[in-house]
Amino acid sequence: MLDGFLALYIFMLAAFTGHEIIARVPVILHTPLMSGSNFVHGIVLVGAMIALGHATTPFETSLGFLAVLLGAGNAAGGYVVTERMLEMFKPSAGKPGGKA
Amino acid sequence: MSWLPTLVKACYFLAALLFILGLKRMSSPRTARGGIVWAGVGMLLAVLATFALPDLHHRGLILAAVLIGVAAAWWSGRRVAMTAMPQMVALYNGMGGGAAAGIGAVELVAHVRRAVIAVPDTSPLRPEAWALDALHQVPAVAPLSAVALVLGVLGALIGAVSFSGSLVAFAKLQGWMDRRFVFPGQRIVNLLVLLLALVHGAMLASGDLALPVIVAFFVFALLFGLLMTLPIGGADMPVVISLYNAFTGLAVAFEGYVLGNEAMIIAGMVVGAAGTLLTQLMAKAMNRSLGNVLFGSFGAAAGGAAQEISGAQKPIEAADAAVMMAYAERVAIVPGYGMAVAQAQHKVWEFAKLLIERGVKVKFAIHPVAGRMPGHMNVLLAEAGVPYDLIEDMDDINPEFPNIDVVLVIGANDVVNPVAKTDPASPIYGMPILDVAAAKHVIVVKRGKGTGFAGIENALFYADNTRMLYGDGQAAAGQLVSELKALDT
Repeated sequence: MLDGFLALYIFMLAAFTGHEIIARVPVILHTPLMSGSNFVHGIVLVGAMIALGHATTPFETSLGFLAVLLGAGNAAGGYVVTERMLEMFKPSAGKPGGKA
Repeated sequence: MSWLPTLVKACYFLAALLFILGLKRMSSPRTARGGIVWAGVGMLLAVLATFALPDLHHRGLILAAVLIGVAAAWWSGRRVAMTAMPQMVALYNGMGGGAAAGIGAVELVAHVRRAVIAVPDTSPLRPEAWALDALHQVPAVAPLSAVALVLGVLGALIGAVSFSGSLVAFAKLQGWMDRRFVFPGQRIVNLLVLLLALVHGAMLASGDLALPVIVAFFVFALLFGLLMTLPIGGADMPVVISLYNAFTGLAVAFEGYVLGNEAMIIAGMVVGAAGTLLTQLMAKAMNRSLGNVLFGSFGAAAGGAAQEISGAQKPIEAADAAVMMAYAERVAIVPGYGMAVAQAQHKVWEFAKLLIERGVKVKFAIHPVAGRMPGHMNVLLAEAGVPYDLIEDMDDINPEFPNIDVVLVIGANDVVNPVAKTDPASPIYGMPILDVAAAKHVIVVKRGKGTGFAGIENALFYADNTRMLYGDGQAAAGQLVSELKALDT
C-alpha cells in the first residue's frame, strides 16, 4: 500500500500535469482530446483485472467480471473512436482540394 | 520469480509515461495522430503486465471478459458514423465509470466478507480484526486502510454517478430519450438523493460495511447520476460529457489508490484535471457557468415569457439562391449539426469549390459549439476535405459579417439566433452567437419550420434579409451544386 503522503504528492503532480497538457490547446482539438483522455482513463481495465483477480465469492467474481467487461469497453472503444477522429488530421487534409 | 513484480511495476511506470506523452502529442494537430498510438502502446503494456501478476486468479475469466469487451467496443467504434462520435465517447466514458464503481464494489464486499468471517461483531477498522482475518482467510490482498476505505467509497460514488449519467447522456444524444425531463421539486429530490448517497457513503467509510448499506449506497449513487442528467438539455450535453469524463478520471485515480496501482492514480488524475479544465473551456465557449449548465435546466424555467417574433418566413428557390451566391463577392457558409446529420458536408464543400472557381471568396464560419462538441464541426469538415485556412472562428469572422454579401446557414440554428443578444427572457440569452444577421443577405437551408435543438424560436428566420431554402441538407446542397453548374453551360 502506498504511503499516504507519497500518494498525495502523486495526486498533486499528476493533476498539474493534466492541467498543463490542456492549457494551450486549439479548439479544433477539444473533441479528439476529450476522446483521447477518455481512452487514457481506460486504464481502469487494469484495476478491474486486479479486482477480479483476487475475488473469491461468486458475487465478487461476477461484479469483477462486469467491471473488466466495462473497463475493456472503455479502453478499446476510446482508442478506436479517438484514432478515427485523428485520422482526419493528416497533413493532406490541410491542402485545398484534398479528398478524405 | 522475485523480479516479476518489479517488471510489472516498471511496465506500469512506462504506461503512465506514455499516457502523458501521448496526451501531450494529442494537443497539437501535427503530432495528434502519433499521440493516440503512444497512449495505446502504454495501455497494451499495462494490460499485458497485469496478466503477468503472480497472485492473479480467474485468469480465464479475465481473458474472456477482456476479449468480449474489446471486441464489442471495437466493433461498435469502427462502424459508428462520425456524427455519432459524441454519444460514443459518452458511452465508453460511462463504461469506465462503471468499471471504477465495480472495482469499488468488489473491494467493499471483499472487505465485508473478511470482517464477517474473522470477527462477526468487531469493527473491521480495528487492527486486531485484520490480524484475525489473516488467520482465517487466504491473504489474497491486504485489508483496506482507513484512507483507502474513504477514497474507495468516494471513487465508487463518482464512478457510479458518471456511469448512469453518461448512459443518460448517450441515450439523449442518440435520440432515445426525451430531450428534457423536468418535474416540480426536482432540485430538492436530486439534493435528497445525493444526500442519501453521501450518508450511506459516510457509513461505509466509517466502517459500517453491512451489505444492505453497500447496496443502498450504489442505488442512490446511480439514481443521482440519472436524475442529475435528465433535466439537462441536449445542447448542453457536450459540457456534461466532458464533466463526466473528468469524473471517471477521478474515480479511476481513487480506486487506483485502493489497489495500490500508481499507473491508475497518475492516468486517472491527469484525466481528472485535464477534463475539468476542458469542461470549463467548453462552458466558457457557451458563455455559461458550469453551475448554470448543471442546475439551470436549460430552456425549462426561463423567467418571463419570450418575446413574440412577428413576420413570416420567406422562402427561396435553389436556383435563385445559387445565382445570388454565384454573383456575390464574399460568401460565408455556416454549417451546423444538421448539415452533418444529413451527411451534406461533401456536397457543401463541392458547392464551395465551384464558387471559389468562379472567383467568389468563400469562408466557413464555425461556432465554438457547432456540432455536438467543441471542435466537432472542424472534424466533420476535415473529413470532407475542407482546408483549414478557409475555416474561421467566431471571434475572427463576427466583425466581418457586414461586409459579406451572402451567408449560407446550413443545419445551424441556435448558434445564429439573434434572440441570444436581444431577448433577456430567452434561455439562450447571453450565449455568444455568429452575427450572421449583420450580413447583406442570409440563406437558411432548413428541413422544415420547427425550432432548433434547444427548442427555441429563431428570430433570424423572420428577418427581412433572410430567405429560407426548405429541404434536406444533402438534397439542398446537391440542388445548389447542379444549379451552379447549369449557370456555366
